[in-house]
Amino acid sequence: MSDEKADKPETAVEQRATDQSPENAPEALGEPGLEIRAVGERRGMFGVQGSGDTSGYGGLVAPVVLPGAAQRPYGGWFDGVADRLDPLIEQVVIHRGEITFHVRREHLLEIAQKLRDDPDLRFELLSGVSGVHYPGDAGRELHAVYHFMSFTWNRRIRVEVAAPDADPHVPSLVPIYPAADWHERETWDMFGLQFDGHPALTRILMPDDWPGHPQRKDYPLGGIPVEYKGASVPPPDQRRSYN
Amino acid sequence: MSTDFYADSADTSDGKVFTVSGQDWDEIAAGMGDNDAAERVVVNMGPQHPSTHGVLRLILEIEGETVTEARCGIGYLHTGIEKNMEFRSWTQGVTFCTRMDYLSPFYNEMTYVLGVERLLDIEDQIPEKAQVMRVLLMELNRISSHLVCIATGGMEIGALTVMTIGFRERELVLDLFELITGLRMNHAFIRPGGVAQDMPPGALDQIRDFVALMKKRLPEYAALCNANPIFKARLENVGHLDLEGCMALGLTGPVLRSTGYGFDLRKAQPYCGYETYDFDVQTWDTSDSYGRFRVRLNEMWESLRIIEQAADRLARLEGAPVMVADKKVAWPSQLSIGSDGMGNSLDHIRHIMGESMEALIHHFKLVTEGFRVPAGQAYVPVESPRGELGAHVVSDGGTRPFRAHFRDPSFNNLQAMGVMSEGGQIADVIVAIASIDPVMGGVDR
Repeated sequence: MSDEKADKPETAVEQRATDQSPENAPEALGEPGLEIRAVGERRGMFGVQGSGDTSGYGGLVAPVVLPGAAQRPYGGWFDGVADRLDPLIEQVVIHRGEITFHVRREHLLEIAQKLRDDPDLRFELLSGVSGVHYPGDAGRELHAVYHFMSFTWNRRIRVEVAAPDADPHVPSLVPIYPAADWHERETWDMFGLQFDGHPALTRILMPDDWPGHPQRKDYPLGGIPVEYKGASVPPPDQRRSYN
Repeated sequence: MSTDFYADSADTSDGKVFTVSGQDWDEIAAGMGDNDAAERVVVNMGPQHPSTHGVLRLILEIEGETVTEARCGIGYLHTGIEKNMEFRSWTQGVTFCTRMDYLSPFYNEMTYVLGVERLLDIEDQIPEKAQVMRVLLMELNRISSHLVCIATGGMEIGALTVMTIGFRERELVLDLFELITGLRMNHAFIRPGGVAQDMPPGALDQIRDFVALMKKRLPEYAALCNANPIFKARLENVGHLDLEGCMALGLTGPVLRSTGYGFDLRKAQPYCGYETYDFDVQTWDTSDSYGRFRVRLNEMWESLRIIEQAADRLARLEGAPVMVADKKVAWPSQLSIGSDGMGNSLDHIRHIMGESMEALIHHFKLVTEGFRVPAGQAYVPVESPRGELGAHVVSDGGTRPFRAHFRDPSFNNLQAMGVMSEGGQIADVIVAIASIDPVMGGVDR
C-alpha cells in the first residue's frame, strides 16, 4: 500500500462499479437476455476532478444507462400503435407510462407518413423536435426526439432517431408536418443535425455567422470568473460540482 | 439626399437599402426612382417596433399596402436558458425556466416540474394542497396573461383604453402573486415535489376580493370591445387560419379553439387534478383575430370559476403540507417573510445550527448537491395561455438535467404569421400577430 502512495496521489484508482459487484450490473437487474447499452459514464461520487481524492469514492466508474427496451405486450393502446409501425421500429421503450419508438433514420419519413395518415394512428400534431447530444453513445451521438399527439385518439407518443456525429443527417419532416419547420431549424442551430429536405435550414436563434452549435455537450457554457472580496468565482461550467 | 447620419441610404448587392427613422418619406419615394424597386419593396419591421410584441423582426415584402410575403426573424432574446439549466441542480432549473415566457411564468415552472416529478415517479405523492395551489396560481396567471394580450393587442390598433384597463387589472393579479410567492414575476415557486411555501395568512380573502372585483371589471372589456364597430372592423376576418391550418402548423391554444375545435389539455389530458374542477372549454367559430379575442375573454371567466373552486378547497386544507413527504426531494426549509423580505425560516436555522448535526448535513447536501433523478426522459405538456407548453426533460441519473428542452407555444405558433398575413394589408399584420400573442422571451428562450 505504501508504494502505491508514491504514485500520483491525485489520481484515484479506477474501480468499475460493475466489476466490483456484478450483482448490481444493469444486466443483472434488468430483464434476462435484455441488452442494455450504456450511453455514458459517471466518474466519482462528488464530481471532483483533477484534485486529490479525499473521499475514497473518486475512483468509481458507473455506466449511465437509459431505460431498456420493453417486451410485448406493452399494454393498452401501445400494442395497437406498435402493430401498425412494427417492421419499421428498432426498439420500443416504455418508461413512466410514456412510449418511445426508436427508429432508424432511413425509416423516419415512412413512419411519419403512417403516423399522420393511418386512420388507426392519426397523429395530427407534431408538437416539436428536441435534440439531445449523448457524446458517450458511440455511433449514435445525436438524437432527434419528436413528440406526436393525436387529437382523434387523444394519445401521445415519442419517436426518437439517432445519427452519428460523423454523419449528422436526418430526413426532414417538413413535407409531412409543416410544423417541424422552425423546430428543425432550432435543432440544426443548437446541435448541428442536418435535416435533409428542409426547405431552408438556416440558423434561427443564434446569429447567422455563429460558429459551433451551442447545445452540444462539447460546447462550453461560457462565462468569465467573477472577483468577489478577493476570491474568484469560476463560471458555472468550471466550478466543482456534483454529478 | 438626407443628411441624417442614422437614416441614410446605401447601395448593396441586393439593391438600394434605406434606413427609415421618421424623416421625410418623399425623399425615399424619390430615391427609389422608377425601376423594379418601386414596385417591390422589402420592409424590415422591427426588431424594435413597439407593435411587434417585444424584439420580433418582421421581414415583409410589400406591393403598395399589400403584403405579398411575410417572414419572422427571431432570436434577439435568446439567452441560453436550456443550456444553463444543464449546469444547475434540478431544483435550481425552475429559477431559469420561469424567466422564459415572462407573461406566464407559472406554466413554464409547471411543465418542467411535472416532467421532473414523472421521472422521479412521485406524481402520486404530491400533496393535494400543493396541487390546488398550483392550479390557483396557473389560473390567476392565465388571467394576467390574457389581460396583457388583450391590452397590448388593443394598444396596437389604437384602443388605448383597452390597454390601460388591461394593465390595471393585471396589476391586481401581480399583487396577488407578490402576496403568495413574494415576487411579481420570475417566481420559481413551483418546485419538484410541491410548491415553495404555504399560503400566507389573509391570501384567500384577497383572492375572493379579486374575483368579486374581476366579475365587475370583465364586463367592461365586453362593453368596450365586443360590439365596437371599429374594433370589429380591425379584427374580423383578419389573421384567418382554419382547423386544417392549425393542425398542419401545430397551433394550439386560443388560436386552435377559435376555429371551433374545443381542444384543451386541461380537459383532454388533465394534470394537477384539473379533472376535478368544473369549467368549460371556450371556443369560437370564426377562425379569425376577433374569435381569438372572444375566446380569451371567455377563458378569463372560466379561470375565475376555477379560482373560486380552488379557493374553497384551500379553505378546507389549512395547515396541510405543500411539499412531498420524501425528505430526499423536499426542500429542507420553508421560507418565512421577515421585515426585510423573504428569507430562511428562523426556526429552521435554529434547528440545523443548534440542535441537529444530521439536519445540517441533510440541508447542506440537498441544497448544494440536490437529488438524483433516475435516467430517462419525460414530456408532460400543460395548457398555457398560448397553447401547448411542454418540457422535454432528459436525465442521465445525475443531479442536474442532462437536457431540458421547452416546446414553447409562441415559438411554434409564430410560424403561422406568414400564412395569416400574406395577401392582407400591412396594418393587419400587426393584428394577426397580436392574435397569436407571442411572447418573445418564450420564443427565443
